[in-house]
Amino acid sequence: MIKHLRSAADLDLATATLILDTAGEMAALAGREVKKLPTLRGRTVVNLFYEDSTRTRISFEAAAKRLSADVINFSAKGSSVSKGESLKDTALTLQAMGADAVVIRHSASGAPHRLASWVDGSVINAGDGTHEHPTQALLDAYTMRSRLGRLAGLRVAIVGDVLHSRVARSNVLLLTTLGAHVTLVGPPTLVPRDIAAALSPATKVSYDLDSVLPDMDVVMMLRVQTERMQDSYFPSAREYSRRYGLDLARMRKLPEHAIVMHPGPMNRGMEIAPEVADSSRSTIVEQVANGVSARMAVLYLLLGGKA
Amino acid sequence: MASPRADTTSKIILGESDLHRVVDRIAHQILEKTSGATGTVLLGIPTRGVPLAQRLAARIHAFEGIDVPVGSLDITLYRDDLRLHATRALGKTELPGGGIDGRRVILVDDVLFSGRTVRAALDALNDVGRPSSVQLAVLVDRGHRQLPIRADYVGKNIPTAVSESVRVSLLEVDGLDEVKLTGGDK
Repeated sequence: MIKHLRSAADLDLATATLILDTAGEMAALAGREVKKLPTLRGRTVVNLFYEDSTRTRISFEAAAKRLSADVINFSAKGSSVSKGESLKDTALTLQAMGADAVVIRHSASGAPHRLASWVDGSVINAGDGTHEHPTQALLDAYTMRSRLGRLAGLRVAIVGDVLHSRVARSNVLLLTTLGAHVTLVGPPTLVPRDIAAALSPATKVSYDLDSVLPDMDVVMMLRVQTERMQDSYFPSAREYSRRYGLDLARMRKLPEHAIVMHPGPMNRGMEIAPEVADSSRSTIVEQVANGVSARMAVLYLLLGGKA
Repeated sequence: MASPRADTTSKIILGESDLHRVVDRIAHQILEKTSGATGTVLLGIPTRGVPLAQRLAARIHAFEGIDVPVGSLDITLYRDDLRLHATRALGKTELPGGGIDGRRVILVDDVLFSGRTVRAALDALNDVGRPSSVQLAVLVDRGHRQLPIRADYVGKNIPTAVSESVRVSLLEVDGLDEVKLTGGDK
């Protein structure tokens, strides 16, 4: 088993499949009265969050607690970071406290890689800059597999701000490993061809959402990061929504079995219409529940065995 | 699992027909001891406990026409030796429809050795419900207990040395029915 989860590229087909299978067993726990396992008793998991996050941090916390690990939450606000402490010094502090795993979210791409060289424990990337978010890709793959029964051969469209999306990057890498075919869709300013090619040569690119939809098994809508709006990647929110937003009319173009995903938080009415987000095809709420199972699987497989 | 080792010290303890007879006997004993297996659930411990539990249920059905619910209980996440080995893949836990609350649960496993697996199973059981009582059925008891645990139904007692290993092969998992004793310092 691998020691760290820094990138979705750390996972080969066998390891990724093992994580998804394990997540399936963990998911059965959610239906039980006692949602707790003794597996990681005595182990310490530190949530090191330099960026705001609700669902990812809570999801990791729930996952670690259900496995009986001790959880220490660290957020940059109100810590020594605001006094100017560097990532390295914070890492050495955690090391001295004996953290068995550090779950890190950081605005700088590559922060988990640096961290892994400073601490003895496992490092799990919970989102670094515009780079990667591998556990999101795992929970997305798990959701697809549980809804559609398979991953190999699935046609998946990832729609929106691919350029700045760590979710998209991790998903392209993992889905390609698992045998799915990914098409990236968005305005040319946000879906540069060279990025698609660099991630995986098999990845297709399209600038026309309507022509892509009828062939898809999965449509994954990315959040339009409002902080990008001033940077004129697209003319206006309204124009973006018209060309790349998923509304009811567009959803009807999808095959009968296709599902709609969104990593959250969503801008209702922008990239996804409220009626679509709340439809039976949407897996948005499921994704959150599956997030806990997928992260339990990762924590178990990284920390459960001999170090 | 049961690799065909060209081991000179390997000895077949139970052949195919012996193994079937032993399973039949345990099924009869369960019927006898539980007065007809009412309110009973068989839970197999993966990997080989699961097909054994299914066979016991099938035999009980053949003898008395009673359907005993069968499930599986994976104990990996409850083991006390997780940190001594590389991470293990999980088996399936599937409880039968009616659950286990208030029922008599019979845990089924292939080999009883240190007793640690059964200890873990008791912990796991505690988290999934509250049976009225718990019993243990094993195909082979090879001794060397490290915990105060005993089986209620034993297919065969095999005196072994600690250095020896008992390999149970089942048709469903390994493609043949057989119990073999291998290794040792003979």
